[in-house]
Amino acid sequence: MSSSRWLAVFAAACALVLGLAACGGGESSSTETGSKESSESAGGGAPSSEASGEIAGAGSTAQEAAQKAWIAEFEAANGGATIAYDGVGSGGGREKFIAGGVAYAGSDTPLSESEGQLAAAIKRCEPGELVEVPDYISPIAIIYNLPGVEELKLEPETLAKIFNQEIEKWNDPEIAKENPGVELPETRIVPVNRSDESGTTENFTDYLSKVAPKVWTHEVSGTWPVKGGEAASGTSGVVEAVTAGEGAIGYADASQAGELGKAKIKVGSSWAEPSAEAAAKVLDLSKEDPELEKGQKNVIAFEIDRKTEASGVYPIILVSSLIGCTKYKSASEAALVKAYFEYAISPEGQKLAAEQAGSAPLSAALTKKVEAAVAAIE
Amino acid sequence: MAHFDTTTNAGQILAAASGGRRRRGDRIFSNAAVVAAVTILALLVGVAVFLVTEGFPALTASSSELPKGESFISYVAPLAFGTCLAGVLAMIIAVPLAIAVALFITHIAPARIAMTLGYLVDLLAAIPSIIYGLWGIFVLGPAAVPVMKWLEEKLGFLPIFEGPASITGRTMLVVGLVLAVMILPIVSAVAREVFSQTPRKLQEGAQALGATRWEMIRTTVLPFGKSSVISGAMLGLGRALGETMAVAIILSVSGGVTFNLISQANPSTIAANVALNFPESSGLAINALIATGLVLFAITLATNFIARMIIARSEVR
Repeated sequence: MSSSRWLAVFAAACALVLGLAACGGGESSSTETGSKESSESAGGGAPSSEASGEIAGAGSTAQEAAQKAWIAEFEAANGGATIAYDGVGSGGGREKFIAGGVAYAGSDTPLSESEGQLAAAIKRCEPGELVEVPDYISPIAIIYNLPGVEELKLEPETLAKIFNQEIEKWNDPEIAKENPGVELPETRIVPVNRSDESGTTENFTDYLSKVAPKVWTHEVSGTWPVKGGEAASGTSGVVEAVTAGEGAIGYADASQAGELGKAKIKVGSSWAEPSAEAAAKVLDLSKEDPELEKGQKNVIAFEIDRKTEASGVYPIILVSSLIGCTKYKSASEAALVKAYFEYAISPEGQKLAAEQAGSAPLSAALTKKVEAAVAAIE
Repeated sequence: MAHFDTTTNAGQILAAASGGRRRRGDRIFSNAAVVAAVTILALLVGVAVFLVTEGFPALTASSSELPKGESFISYVAPLAFGTCLAGVLAMIIAVPLAIAVALFITHIAPARIAMTLGYLVDLLAAIPSIIYGLWGIFVLGPAAVPVMKWLEEKLGFLPIFEGPASITGRTMLVVGLVLAVMILPIVSAVAREVFSQTPRKLQEGAQALGATRWEMIRTTVLPFGKSSVISGAMLGLGRALGETMAVAIILSVSGGVTFNLISQANPSTIAANVALNFPESSGLAINALIATGLVLFAITLATNFIARMIIARSEVR
């Protein structure tokens, strides 16, 4: 009796699970179409104003603060517009954009062929075209905690050796020879890296692999490749770990570095400090990458010139992009995306981001190019 | 459908024994209980089905396709190790402490102090884990730095204190301590409940035979509460194994498999690894993360299963 009863219970459980699974599948597809419909109808309902309706974006957490500021200003200026940006991370943003879940995405790395995402995104935008433009540039500072050491100069190769754990003491001759007159302690060097996958790590490892290929033989990736260092989650975690640990050195968004010392990095024959102008200048010196642009005329993706030797340039930067399409299901949705993109890349929008998020405004030359690409949205 | 028949049968038997009104109440109760049981089972099976279907692509993928270009086993093994290490460490610290606290509250402290202390311990359970995480990095971690330096100097010959000691305090030892504090209320609540139910007759009998208070506790209270304490400890272990935010915030996760508890290179745990890497993952990387979740699910099931076996054996005795 009891065994047959348990069998019945189990059978019922299985039935319920199958039922739930079926419901789940049905629901997700229905909400997808539902959201598309609602954004369409909301847009159609307010034809009087050009930029109205609802759109959603998702992606990079690096540009989340800037996006929040832009959205607040944009919505205040355009009464009928509602924009939601979800900082799910660059990878999640790209994926949602390709799947059609969001109208636009923010990404710390350009769409690339390596995961087939570029082709998929181009397909998602058909019959229109893909739009991808840099909208957020931020210098990454090398922060350190060494009481008494006000100024620290590091050559790229030395920097790579420190983060590769090849130099273990602060008074190592290799560091000392670049910092004459500075009394370096015998403290152990503790390199701090991000424990979560991040665009900051990807941009920093890209820098290291370009400027010090002999030392930095690891692959460029969003997860930190060297084991055994101090790891902390998020930019705030890295800043906190460096603040707490004497002898620690880390990399973090320059705007979040606070009172910590920021190392000067050798570029060419001069020493560069992280600053907005020095960061924005790098993109003016960089070439567009044909592989990342794939013949799309509204895609602006750079191969960042990390090896630049020009003076007044700081090449350790993070470049985040806006991703959208030239055509959407409804003209009003396209108009809203266009108006929002235009605002984000405008000098006013960039100034706001610089104030709120500490980013580096796009240079005048780059703004022109980006404006032309965004103008293609219909 | 079948179970309704069986319940009606049971109901009919009961109905024969008593009046019709009782029969209806019984049927409602019986059905409600069955629905509750089925829901739990369905949820469990549902989660398992989700983990298996979503994790499957990563389990079958070749190592070059997976993130980091290593096989799934070598990806998950250090994580599983870290999870178990953190859990075991927390148990080693928390369980004796929880038993001591429970004994103090039930058998040693005066009633008023016992009640206040009981409330306070229960309050620990109400603190969100993110708060424990922040407390870990801002207070406990820095405070533990000199202690860990001392451990490295004096006990550095032991592999677990090999060092070099972390300068920030974000180590496995600190995580173990934080997790121990987190699971303390769960384990001690269960222990307290069962210790206070130790039959008076047994306790008085022991004391009548000339046992000291400690001997009385050792011969009556502890054996009586043993199996419940084990299940309480397993509840705590479950929480420690699955704890996410506190570990993700505190632990400096940059090492592979190591027993070194005080260095900056620690193995990550499965739950913390998912939390840290999910936001920026896409495609197969997400499947891989879900597959690690499946491993965690299996570990938790296995520990519970083993605990049940231990309890069953101790009850037979």
